[in-house]
Amino acid sequence: MNRRFLFVLPLVGFAVIASYFAVGLTRDPSALPSVLIDTPAPEFALDPIKGRDRGLSREDLEGEVSLVNIFGSWCFACRVEHPLLMQLKKENAVPIHGIDWREIDPDDGPKWLARFGDPYTLIGDDPVSRAAIAFGVTGAPETFVVDKNGVIRYKHAGVVTGQVWEEILRPLIEELRRQ
Amino acid sequence: MKALFLALALSLAAVSAGAVNPDEILDDPVLEARAREISKGLRCLVCQNQSIDDSDADLARDLRVLVRERLVSGDSDGQVIDYVVSRYGDFVLLRPPFKATTYALWLGPALIGGLGILAMVAFYRRRTAAAAGVRAAPPPLTEDEKRRLETLLDDRSR
Repeated sequence: MNRRFLFVLPLVGFAVIASYFAVGLTRDPSALPSVLIDTPAPEFALDPIKGRDRGLSREDLEGEVSLVNIFGSWCFACRVEHPLLMQLKKENAVPIHGIDWREIDPDDGPKWLARFGDPYTLIGDDPVSRAAIAFGVTGAPETFVVDKNGVIRYKHAGVVTGQVWEEILRPLIEELRRQ
Repeated sequence: MKALFLALALSLAAVSAGAVNPDEILDDPVLEARAREISKGLRCLVCQNQSIDDSDADLARDLRVLVRERLVSGDSDGQVIDYVVSRYGDFVLLRPPFKATTYALWLGPALIGGLGILAMVAFYRRRTAAAAGVRAAPPPLTEDEKRRLETLLDDRSR
């Protein structure tokens, strides 16, 4: 055996470990890939929140490309993305359906929407995480892109920023509309 | 005696309570025990290194309630776990399943350890062989060597 090879071994070992960490340490451990991508949206039927007479169910997601947005009055990051959602509603960009998640008081959601504006086409009230668990939600806000057949095509965890909208969601929605 | 028994029962209850709230606990102790067992294997998605049995997070609570509702409605343990996995993926299992995508995870340590042991055995074998070689009789001289040796001895005897 060529003994010079032995001197290179530690270097090779280091390179392997370093490249492993270089990839591993730059990934966000809390960002989980959703297993629901490209599967039909789950069966669910939620009651309306106070002040609305229609809730949100599986059937409402068929027929048109739409966004499903998990929000709650207790969720600060939801307030951060709220102006963008209002802007999208104003532009008539895409129907946004809301899942009002885990309100402690049933008045909290409607009050929050009255204060900051209501960008949602339909809203379902989800006080005990029925739909949230069915959608595999881990935190709020989360936003799903659902195609016209009711199939989940994308999930964005966290705030939908202008950049996320322009670079990911809008192009995807346009593509799904063409299909 | 009664008081002692009560105290003992209470202390045991305290040990096994986890984060389960009294209002979540099922009346049927068998179902409740199954629910606890399932909950211990499911990861809380909010505080990711706790099970939903340990976690006080709201989502963990809702998952615990969901597990219990499904058990009450007649699901088997496997069906309950499969449902949660179908929503959150294998990540939700605190004990990863043994399948094609996790072979490296389960077999990797044994494989690397095995390679290490093989390398060690080879190393020691070679060392003992080398040590034994020193003590064993040297190989016989070749014709060339014999002639050289004779010349040298001749030179000296002269």
